[in-house]
Amino acid sequence: MIMSYIFTGCLAVSIFAAILTGSGGALGIAVMQGAQSGITLAMSIAGPICLWSGVGFLMDKAGITHILSRLLSPLLYRLFPTARKNTALSGSLSANICANFLGLGNAATPMGIQAAEHLAKGKGGVATDELCRLIVLNTASIQLIPSTVAALRASLGCNTPFDILPAVWATSLCSAGLGLISAWLLGKVWRK
Amino acid sequence: MRDYIVPLILLISSLWALQKKENTYDLLLTGADQGLQLLRTLIPTLVILLTAVTMLRSSGALTLLGRLFSPVFAFFGIPSETALLVLVRPISGSAALAVGADLMAQYGVDSQIGRTVAVMLGSTETTFYTISVYFGAVGIHKTRYTVLAALIADLVGFITAALTVKLFFP
Repeated sequence: MIMSYIFTGCLAVSIFAAILTGSGGALGIAVMQGAQSGITLAMSIAGPICLWSGVGFLMDKAGITHILSRLLSPLLYRLFPTARKNTALSGSLSANICANFLGLGNAATPMGIQAAEHLAKGKGGVATDELCRLIVLNTASIQLIPSTVAALRASLGCNTPFDILPAVWATSLCSAGLGLISAWLLGKVWRK
Repeated sequence: MRDYIVPLILLISSLWALQKKENTYDLLLTGADQGLQLLRTLIPTLVILLTAVTMLRSSGALTLLGRLFSPVFAFFGIPSETALLVLVRPISGSAALAVGADLMAQYGVDSQIGRTVAVMLGSTETTFYTISVYFGAVGIHKTRYTVLAALIADLVGFITAALTVKLFFP
């Protein structure tokens, strides 16, 4: 529903701004151009998206996920102490984080929800600290290959679409780290 | 060396799968098909939203918006040209993609702004959507500080994106 308001708002603001700046002619052209650029964009990023989705799926099935989750487990137990006693929870948690890491959004969400179900069980609809941490981890995408962005860059004529990788990694680690720290601090002061 | 990272990732994952006696080629095809399905769901949103974004840009509304927000953005060190992206990113993933594509085309992919936009897109998620999916699925009605913490993470992401681009691409 919120997108309906945003879309209608965009239209109203555009028309208002066009009258203000006297750019009505450009606005009329923009409607058709914009619609076409939606298709052009989708087509120009289609190849890389399919390829990386394939590679991510391959990595998952080849057991790279398994190795990653073993590397992750010390951190995982620290963030989610409940996972120590609950193997089903620790399994879906690490599957969720690994799928996010490999850029498999479709696989990450069901695993994450499974983990959230374990964490929410018997808590009476109140978000626990661990559940908040899971959400923060999932909203701060930590990805090995941000394939959609790379595809977008390549489609716009960039010769080195992956040169942003170190910056992306550093940024998502900072954002996830500070998100978790603030969740931890807020958890200490917030009412249950 | 940098040129070989991506091709090597491809080779290593194929070799790895082969050594595990997996059918590498079939797995790639299945995964690629899933990517295609994702793309299929993305197309209608991209068409509708890029129409709106192109209208916003050509009407001059984006310039006005940037000017309006520039004091706040300057305070955090984020380029004010990315105002719409920052506002839309936590709400809709495909809208953010549409806005990002428009910005990169406008300012150039390899420009400071183009790269900042790319890093922002690559390192943040659709916060509100994620929260509503997770909490909706498991029936949480008292969300406590989740939204606040997630938005702090987003803000840190936007600030660091601008910062790392300045650092890595002087």
